[in-house]
Amino acid sequence: MREITMERVNETRQEILDIIKSPILTHEQKVANMAGKADSLMEVLDLPEGLDQLLNVPGDVKCICDLAEGHAPVRPRYIIPDYFKFMREGSKFLQLDPPKDLYEALNSLLIFYKHVPSVTNFPVYVGALDELLEPFINDVEEAQAKKLLKLFMQHIDRTVLDSFSHANIGPKATKAGRLLLEVERELEQAVPNLTMKYEEGVTPDDFALLAVDTALHSAKPSFANHKMFRRELGENYVIASCYNGLLLGGGSYTLCRLILGNIAKRAKDIKDFKENQLPYVMDIMARYMDARIKFEVEESGFFENNFLAKEGFIHKDGMVGMAECVNILFEKEGRSGRYGLDQEATGLGVEIMEQINAFNQNHVNPYCQATGGHFLLHAQVGIAEDENISPGTRIPIGEEPEELIEHLLQCDKFHKYFPSGTGDIFPIDTTVHKNPEFVLDIVKGSFKKDLRYLSFYSKDSDVIRITGYLVKRSEIEKLRAGENVLQDTTHLGLGAALNGHILERKVR
Amino acid sequence: MKAPVNKIIPFSAVDGPGNRTSVFLQGCNINCLYCHNPETRKVCIGCGDCVEACPAGALSMWEADGKKRVLYDPLKCVSCDTCIHLCTHDASPRIVYMTPEEVFEKIARQIPFIRGVTLSGGECTLYPEFLTELFSICKTRGLDTMLDSNGTLDFKEHPDLLEVTDGVMLDIKAFSQEDHKKVTGGENQKILENARYLASLGKLFEVRTVVVPGLFDPEFTIKEASAMLKPFQQVKRIQYKIIAYRPMGVRAEYAGFPVPDEALLNHLAEIARTEGMEKIVII
Repeated sequence: MREITMERVNETRQEILDIIKSPILTHEQKVANMAGKADSLMEVLDLPEGLDQLLNVPGDVKCICDLAEGHAPVRPRYIIPDYFKFMREGSKFLQLDPPKDLYEALNSLLIFYKHVPSVTNFPVYVGALDELLEPFINDVEEAQAKKLLKLFMQHIDRTVLDSFSHANIGPKATKAGRLLLEVERELEQAVPNLTMKYEEGVTPDDFALLAVDTALHSAKPSFANHKMFRRELGENYVIASCYNGLLLGGGSYTLCRLILGNIAKRAKDIKDFKENQLPYVMDIMARYMDARIKFEVEESGFFENNFLAKEGFIHKDGMVGMAECVNILFEKEGRSGRYGLDQEATGLGVEIMEQINAFNQNHVNPYCQATGGHFLLHAQVGIAEDENISPGTRIPIGEEPEELIEHLLQCDKFHKYFPSGTGDIFPIDTTVHKNPEFVLDIVKGSFKKDLRYLSFYSKDSDVIRITGYLVKRSEIEKLRAGENVLQDTTHLGLGAALNGHILERKVR
Repeated sequence: MKAPVNKIIPFSAVDGPGNRTSVFLQGCNINCLYCHNPETRKVCIGCGDCVEACPAGALSMWEADGKKRVLYDPLKCVSCDTCIHLCTHDASPRIVYMTPEEVFEKIARQIPFIRGVTLSGGECTLYPEFLTELFSICKTRGLDTMLDSNGTLDFKEHPDLLEVTDGVMLDIKAFSQEDHKKVTGGENQKILENARYLASLGKLFEVRTVVVPGLFDPEFTIKEASAMLKPFQQVKRIQYKIIAYRPMGVRAEYAGFPVPDEALLNHLAEIARTEGMEKIVII
């Protein structure tokens, strides 16, 4: 462990005091933030040279971002427990036998969730709820089953206090799946996030249309291209956190971001960007991730001591700000095209993706056995502090093409690069409530192409999708007025509303 | 063969089932007082009033076959609609004459995101041969085809068109002859005949009535139209779309009708339901 200065210790102590006194943080949020501050004093990772100038600098020049994972990672970033195993075998540590009916199943899951850590301190994955609960769903009358599911989902929303938490349903229709969609449509709440794994021919239209209808009320579920994920990650994939494709019984060690727009600022021109700046930053970031993973696996003790520890954890890396990167490089070369609107500008985006992809294929990490020794690419959705950084490869809000078809064709060029998740979001005009098949047709067409993940919400809903996660507008308003609010993601939502203009997306 | 195209909407949620590309042809043969897009009614006469008024310089005059015409540059147009608001002939200078192949090229870009194509207007059936050819091409690419029509074309006389048309969305503006004349200036025998004929073939996807309080009797229209179609519901289910009059886009002299309230619309839907309509949409 390296020494640090007393000045830094005192600065941190002041920050901790500010947290303690904060009027807008709940008790749980204060505890989590204080733990983060304590961790920030640690210096135990074997950091690559040059990282400091790319990581610990002001936002407008920062090229690498580690998404608040801390200085001494005490657990992997994301943990995806095998809930099926838990239902089959129960847990010795939790002193729970396998559930025998719907009451026990719901109760056991709620207990388990309280013991699944992550970077947010809450479970980023709560299971394929339809498959987990279907064996028990006929234990009681349908009306009672629905009531139990409603209470269960409400319990999650009020105790998993972070909307980077994800449930999955589909691709097959089930009674449990249908009841869960009906319940979510009625509850209109932010947690958990929900994805329907969709495949034409496997998912019946009436089940998918119920999902569309639910999405137009509560901004979820999103639709994942089941065929595409299955091809890349196998049947055992899940969608977790915002829209991350991860393996069941695994998770993700770390997620760091390349901030492409700021890397572009370092470059003289496109050539310099491709030949020097991007490779330089990618190399440092990959070695930084290697160092984090090494600490988690070899030193933290998590995998030896935590009751959840199993083999086969995976990990990945991410990027944001493609749009700004292309636009800055075009401006440096005196060209006028804008990313998302101009073919050549978008073409440069594709070339950059190819280069990042090639780098990743050449980088090997010994602890990534589950993914062939490689990280998986992730188009990150952004954080509250991001200003002039568009999520992943998204077109900046306010610059979307006039027609949705152009927007989708743009997505088609980029979604294929991100097995570990990417997605685009479309607020929908309320006239579509009369024609949910409109949305389903778009999903079907998109998944025939190479689109991976789509989210829709009604422009007038209270629950809205910020970047990948969900927040209630009414909760944002409370926070804006200086009140504290239950879920920590509302803080991110407010930041995104102010800095990311997410309330100004083009309505389709 | 070319037809005047007013507009192509790549994705439409309101012109038939699912997601569709909608093509609006220019020109209409009746005169509904409440017409919501009167600029599609007539073909431009080349008076040139709009040319100077265009703030984007997208319009210019030229002559062809000794006739004055307005030339429209879609690349310069900013869609401000100044030309349309100013036109005293219920026309638009922003019309492009296109072949069925050219129109299809604009449609094909949306495959596979759309399930079909809807031809609307104006009154698209003023160009039956064009429609037949365009729909034939659509069929080769697996798209379903819908017509949005006022029902004045005698569909019996156009089997080729019906062969490549999956469904028609037909306006029944008013059921009584007297009311229909008041609303449109024309008679409705042919329209009602078409409704029954299309329904008997299973090609009547939807009938629609715009409800304008005070202009005609919507209760009678919706009741009688629903009853008339009841025997055909078993051939294929027909949907009734009840549309509330709104003053947006309506010519100034007809923009003063009251907007129907929700209670009236629900009451009308109930009437249709009583007469055997199972699927009713209110917009």
